[in-house]
Amino acid sequence: MGLEGRRDLPVLGSGKDGSPSFFTTKLDFIVNWSRRNSLWPMPFGTACCAIEMMASYAARFDMARFGMERMAFSPRQSDVLICAGRLPYKMAPIIRRIWDQMPQPKWAVSMGACASSGGVFDAYSMVQGIDTIIPVDVYVPGCPPRPEALIYGLLMIHEKIKGETVFGEEGKLLRAEDPARAGQAQLPAEVIDQVAVPFGNSTSQNRPSGMDGGRALERPRDRRP
Amino acid sequence: MANDNDTKFEESLKGLAGTDRAKRAMPGPGVQTQDVEEHVSVTALREQFGDAVLRHEQHAGDEHVVFVKPERLREIVAWLKDEASQRYDLLKDVTCVDYGGGRPIQVLYELWSIPNRRQLRVKVELPLDGLEVDSVTPLFATANWHEREAYDMFGVTFRGHPDLRRILMPENYQEGHPLRKDFPLRGRFSRAEQTRRALALDMEDYYTPAELELRKRKGEATAEPGAQRSLPETAGQPGGARSVPGEEAQAGGGEDEA
Repeated sequence: MGLEGRRDLPVLGSGKDGSPSFFTTKLDFIVNWSRRNSLWPMPFGTACCAIEMMASYAARFDMARFGMERMAFSPRQSDVLICAGRLPYKMAPIIRRIWDQMPQPKWAVSMGACASSGGVFDAYSMVQGIDTIIPVDVYVPGCPPRPEALIYGLLMIHEKIKGETVFGEEGKLLRAEDPARAGQAQLPAEVIDQVAVPFGNSTSQNRPSGMDGGRALERPRDRRP
Repeated sequence: MANDNDTKFEESLKGLAGTDRAKRAMPGPGVQTQDVEEHVSVTALREQFGDAVLRHEQHAGDEHVVFVKPERLREIVAWLKDEASQRYDLLKDVTCVDYGGGRPIQVLYELWSIPNRRQLRVKVELPLDGLEVDSVTPLFATANWHEREAYDMFGVTFRGHPDLRRILMPENYQEGHPLRKDFPLRGRFSRAEQTRRALALDMEDYYTPAELELRKRKGEATAEPGAQRSLPETAGQPGGARSVPGEEAQAGGGEDEA
């Protein structure tokens, strides 16, 4: 939003060949410094990952050290969306609307296995990775991830912000959100089908009726050195 | 040895369909449990309703299950609730069991009598082509949401229910009833189609207090049983059904540039 138009404008202080000058790099540094040190998170906690997210905000891990002491609870006043937990299809339009309501610049963290890939919930009701719905900057693995892992993920967002520039250089600009795509899936349909193919042991979960599921599957291969 | 294990593993992947083990594992309805103890309420029910009481089973120690005829279910539950000697005044749960293989779906009513400290599970069996039973919501208000869940997950229609809609799945869900045994684990549509339909759902149509108030005023609260809203077809025009978020974002973008 807005950034598309700004890219073509002649920028005060940029070099003759369009390369960044002393003025723009210093301004970028200040802008990035202020952005990354006051990231307000929009918590989207749907499952057990949210417990770890709360723990990382509490006294022991204390995310306030990174300027994140204020949970936004309103998408209009937040910078980072943290999806902590599994996302059912019923919640898909809600997270998409929250994402659309967040002002630029904005980032998204997919916390835990379920948010990142659907996890063990390869079922009819579950979104297979929130990156099919919204763009994701950092995936935090774990089930659930420890608070350290979430903090590490957010520090990676800090690193990402450090590399951004408000002026000039192509490829370092912020991700431009297309307002016309509000309310629509992030990935095209064929990619969604591709990323959601069954994997691992999940193929054997699709059992027809009349069978008992009491015995765990023996997987001797797992024990082989 | 490793090969042997691998073969076993491959076999286990194929599942247990058609094996003796599968038959043994699931006794299914109709198998009478041996040594059924006397239950005061079942005896009274037999005296009162005669043929409407089909059979009496006992599971897991002292869990008494009585199968009754579906067409007399509400009458029987009302009698169990109001009769001075029974007084089953707490309906703990209403849910369904699908044993698969074309066998009838069981609807069960978990009753508890607070004054007598007595448990009784009343079950009815419904054939797959006639999944209809009287609602007990007029007797127990708590049955309202339980029956909605049973309708949502198994497709059982409860006659006389005041508001029989889906409760867990989204309103525009068209893939059927997910807890039925013939329902594939990942649903019937592709993931892309599921995502498209999920995002086409406009939750404000269904959940705003104003809308609910409007429904109440119009007297639409008593929807006909089994009524399903049809999904507006949006396949050709992306985001056609819902224009509100797009407009919002556009307005936001304009401000940003100004």
